Amino acid sequence: MQKIAWLIPILPLIGSAFNGLIGKKAGKKAVSIVGVGTVVASFLTALWVFFAMKDAPGHRLDLIYGTWMATGSLTVPFGLTIDPLSGTMMLVVTGISALIHLYSVGYMAEEEGYARYFCYLNLFVFFMLTLVLGNSLPLLFVGWEGVGLCSYLLIGYAFETETAPAAGLKAFLFNRTGDMGMAIGMMALFALFGTLTIGDILNQAGHMQAEVGFGVLTFATLMLFVGATGKSAQIPLYLWLPDAMAGPTPVSALIHAATMVTSGIYMICRLAPVFSLTPITMTTIAWVGGLTALLAATIGLVQRDIKKVLAYSTVSQLGYMFLGLGSAGFAAGFFHVFTHAWFKALLFLGAGSVIHAMHHEQDLFRMGGLKEKLPITFWTMLIATLCIMGIPGFSGFFSKDEILYLAFLKSPALWAIGLVAACCTAFYMARLMALAFLGEPRDSHAYEHAHEAPMTMTLPLVVLAVGAVVAGFWGIPKVLGGTFAVEHWLEPALTYGHAEAEAGSVHEGPAMMLMGISVAAAAGFGLFGWSLYKNGTEKSERLAAKFPGAHTILLNKYFLDELVEGYLLRPTRWFGNVLWKLFDVIIIDGIGVNLPGALTRVAGDFTALLQTGRVRNYVLSMGLGVLVLLYIFLK
Amino acid sequence: MSGTAQLMLLATFLPLLGGLALLFVPNEKREVFQKGSVAIMVVSFLLSVPLWFQYDRGSAAVQFAYSVSWMPSLGVKFSVGMDGISLLLWLLTTFTGPIAALCSWGNIEERWKEYYVWMLVLQTSLLGVFIAQDMLLFYIFWEVMLVPMYFLIGIWGGPQKLYAAIKLFLYTLSGSVLMMVAIFAIYFLQHKTNNTYDFSIESFQAMAPVIAQQTKAFQVLLAMAFFLAFAIKVPMFPFHTWLPDAHVQAPTAGSVILAGIMLKMGTYGFVRFLLPIVPDGTKMLMPWFLALAIIGVIYGALVAMVQKDMKKLVAYSSVSHLGLCMLGIFALNPWGLKGAMFQMLNHGISTPGLFLAVGIVYERRHTRMIADYGGLSKTMPIYATIFMLMTMSSIGLPLLNGFIGEATILMGAFQTWPWVAVLATSGIILGAAYMLWMFQRVMFGPISEVNTKMADLNMREIAYFTPLLIMAVWIGLYPKPFMDIMDKPVQKLVLQVQPDFYKAEALAAKQAEAAKAGMHGMEAGEAPEAKEHEASPAQHTAAEPGTATPAAHATPGGGH
Repeated sequence: MQKIAWLIPILPLIGSAFNGLIGKKAGKKAVSIVGVGTVVASFLTALWVFFAMKDAPGHRLDLIYGTWMATGSLTVPFGLTIDPLSGTMMLVVTGISALIHLYSVGYMAEEEGYARYFCYLNLFVFFMLTLVLGNSLPLLFVGWEGVGLCSYLLIGYAFETETAPAAGLKAFLFNRTGDMGMAIGMMALFALFGTLTIGDILNQAGHMQAEVGFGVLTFATLMLFVGATGKSAQIPLYLWLPDAMAGPTPVSALIHAATMVTSGIYMICRLAPVFSLTPITMTTIAWVGGLTALLAATIGLVQRDIKKVLAYSTVSQLGYMFLGLGSAGFAAGFFHVFTHAWFKALLFLGAGSVIHAMHHEQDLFRMGGLKEKLPITFWTMLIATLCIMGIPGFSGFFSKDEILYLAFLKSPALWAIGLVAACCTAFYMARLMALAFLGEPRDSHAYEHAHEAPMTMTLPLVVLAVGAVVAGFWGIPKVLGGTFAVEHWLEPALTYGHAEAEAGSVHEGPAMMLMGISVAAAAGFGLFGWSLYKNGTEKSERLAAKFPGAHTILLNKYFLDELVEGYLLRPTRWFGNVLWKLFDVIIIDGIGVNLPGALTRVAGDFTALLQTGRVRNYVLSMGLGVLVLLYIFLK
Repeated sequence: MSGTAQLMLLATFLPLLGGLALLFVPNEKREVFQKGSVAIMVVSFLLSVPLWFQYDRGSAAVQFAYSVSWMPSLGVKFSVGMDGISLLLWLLTTFTGPIAALCSWGNIEERWKEYYVWMLVLQTSLLGVFIAQDMLLFYIFWEVMLVPMYFLIGIWGGPQKLYAAIKLFLYTLSGSVLMMVAIFAIYFLQHKTNNTYDFSIESFQAMAPVIAQQTKAFQVLLAMAFFLAFAIKVPMFPFHTWLPDAHVQAPTAGSVILAGIMLKMGTYGFVRFLLPIVPDGTKMLMPWFLALAIIGVIYGALVAMVQKDMKKLVAYSSVSHLGLCMLGIFALNPWGLKGAMFQMLNHGISTPGLFLAVGIVYERRHTRMIADYGGLSKTMPIYATIFMLMTMSSIGLPLLNGFIGEATILMGAFQTWPWVAVLATSGIILGAAYMLWMFQRVMFGPISEVNTKMADLNMREIAYFTPLLIMAVWIGLYPKPFMDIMDKPVQKLVLQVQPDFYKAEALAAKQAEAAKAGMHGMEAGEAPEAKEHEASPAQHTAAEPGTATPAAHATPGGGH
């Protein structure tokens, strides 16, 4: 009976096929029903399977449906694994997807490409679930590349513009670069373990000693991490995510905030027993995560586009998750995935509601005073803001604090980086809220027409807001008298029954003090941002004028896009042109092929001169020939 | 002659016979040629399908064999038959035939009779190459196919058709002549050792141990002769420059056959002749071969990226993709070889698809320049969807065919040449870059006035894309039937090149099995402590990856 788990990914696929093939003819109503209905059905099935998994021995269901590939000693089955990790992720994905599909019904109602949109969005859910549930690395990789494809299609949804398809392409290529790292990592794992089934790899890894120095295993995990940096937007492959905001806002909420971008973290958790064998990789992950968190948060301080602020915030929060993973806190990192999914989806949907109300205005500096017009949006977004700031009682507090604590155990420097990033986070979120909802309306025309969104859009906001508050109580830290239940729940999946308990969540020493510092800092910077922007932009402009250099650098995102264009893309195209025009056309074709051809022709033309057709010339040459022969033979 | 052999011969020679019959139809009856050629190709395909079911997957031997003496004093026989490798490519050819004929309806505006007759002749010669089991017979088919292709490009091609046709002809011919020399070298060596004259491919392959005892120089020269013949056909860098010209000038159907089938002749030659006949010579030259393959992957991709002509872009993408294919072959292990076989099939599906897609817009606007288009998704949604699927198949997106080939090749190459495989991934990234960049410039963005009038696909056009799409999805979703069919022949080939391969693998598998048995207790969810002792011997084998993994036998002879 548990075997019906295959329905969980397949139902959205059916929805996608319906919407893609006959959706346009069937009309928007049918598309909405099928598009939302299949995902809701998938969520309900997932719920059922989840409880079946809970009752199963070892909290684990291994379902095999057949063989996909078999070559040599490599067999890859069609199989799903449902355990605490994938089960939780599956619920998050289907649950939040269902809400965002519902939201999209309202948000996209006027769109011409309605059916196409739902076709892609359903397809995304299918691939995401394949990624989460697949029991082998190739199947995970199918989902991994598939979500990249859907992300590409959805970012470029408005294909008649110049910017959206370009942003889609950028996203795809950055992801592909990461994907190849992932593929190399897979190959290396195959060379090491002789199998690509996740369960078998973890079983073997459980018996291995941690690798000393830089060996094949470290290489493999580092390459997998490269894959994670692409999908989860970390240094150096994060540049695509801010541009990805060209897609419709619900897409940003679902794919580029709540689910797809966390798949890098998910993958590392999935392979946690392997990663914990490679200390070099773990340290790399922690530092990359920490630095990304800081870098993105600083850029977020000055962005004017509401979605760009949230995008950099996402990059930054993903950095936190990696910081947690790298500090040996797999459970903590995943816990942040879980809480972040709620509050960041909520923030994006709230932003979507604002944009919707303001007739596609995304510039924060042209908003203001929307609190009265959009009360539901305001209050739900405020909850999410408190979550992401890490205010005690709200979900972000629990997960972020756990990460910061583990980072401190790993290295106080990492903790300091995380703390500064947290301060920036509190500031830019307060700034965003104040600019959008407080003060005087700066664009009176748009303000007057602004109105709260329809039910299909506000309902998901409310549900997500409830989730964002409640989610945190799954992991009350031990220092506050809780049990950090999430860790215990995930343990069978993260340790695979081999490793000893994780280093984290012991909470001795300075745990209480660290928590106090981070809460105070977050609250302080939040209030600072709030007071700076609540009456408009003048105060902040004066502040920016005091630091023109820093402001310009941040506004231009450290000029990294320009660096990539100037030092990577342009030289590559130039090199391609050189290869083509110099090497292909001149050297190979010109000197190698056409020159001998031309020489042959010239030689032919030249010898043809001898064929004069005049008998006396032939007789002359014949006579000369006879003389030469006579000389040779009679000499 | 067995019934299956009859079917095989009938499917092979039906196009030729049909072509001869069409000679008696007057040239004005255009429809007769159009429909007739498609009908002949379809019948030939239908005749070929039963062999897919009849083929015995448990045997590596040549099947559907038929042999009759032809020139007894020289040891030449009319000997035909197929193993799994040739069967797949042969089926790919009968499959491509109807598509090529159908896509010609819209763009061939003169001399229909000659065109369709040449195309049918070409089809038989292509099919013949894959069934020939006699060296001389193979050589005859191999050479004959140049003639119709020469005319297809030279008469119905673009503005520089003659240059392209002659270039194609001379390039290929120079390779073939070298192969001829190699063939005769082996032929006479055989006479010297066995005192027999025999042209059968089997006897040539049986000469491998004798060749291995010859001087190093002889082996290297032999390997080089075969290599050049096939490398030109593939084409591998730096012998590729005939390809962009031929593709750009050829009519759509010419490009379809060229990319779909003719390039596979080269790779087929590698696995059928070079590897089994001169394995040691190949290994001696391996560093060079590998270098050319990997250069081809990256070079082709970089050059493709800067092309302004869509057809040229697709042509250079072929150079890149086939470089990858060669990499799989040179991995000399089952994953690499199977992946290479898959890549041949996949390239034979996605690249013709792309050429057809370019042909569609070319027929409507008579330009292939990327800059002339943009925003076509708006007016041509069906076309956009199909073009997108073909693009995705070409760049190896999972669940479509290309992925299976690329993944298996990289897997195989990584076992033998890890750093080369890592380099090859850059070609795959660039592959996504140039294909999607082209797609974006042609299909997305604002649409210009002149392009708004372009009509979407008609039924005939949808009809020839449909089989390609079905195959792309089938191979992507469920490649196992194809893998099964090539399983034994590939195994045989690996043994011919690396006789000790499976011994090492069996050893490794045994150890892995032992390790697994020790761990099974864990899965059942029992207390870890209780099993600790039992598991400890396994711990050692697993902890020493060198002994229990495929990496153990990754020791090909080359690399010095």
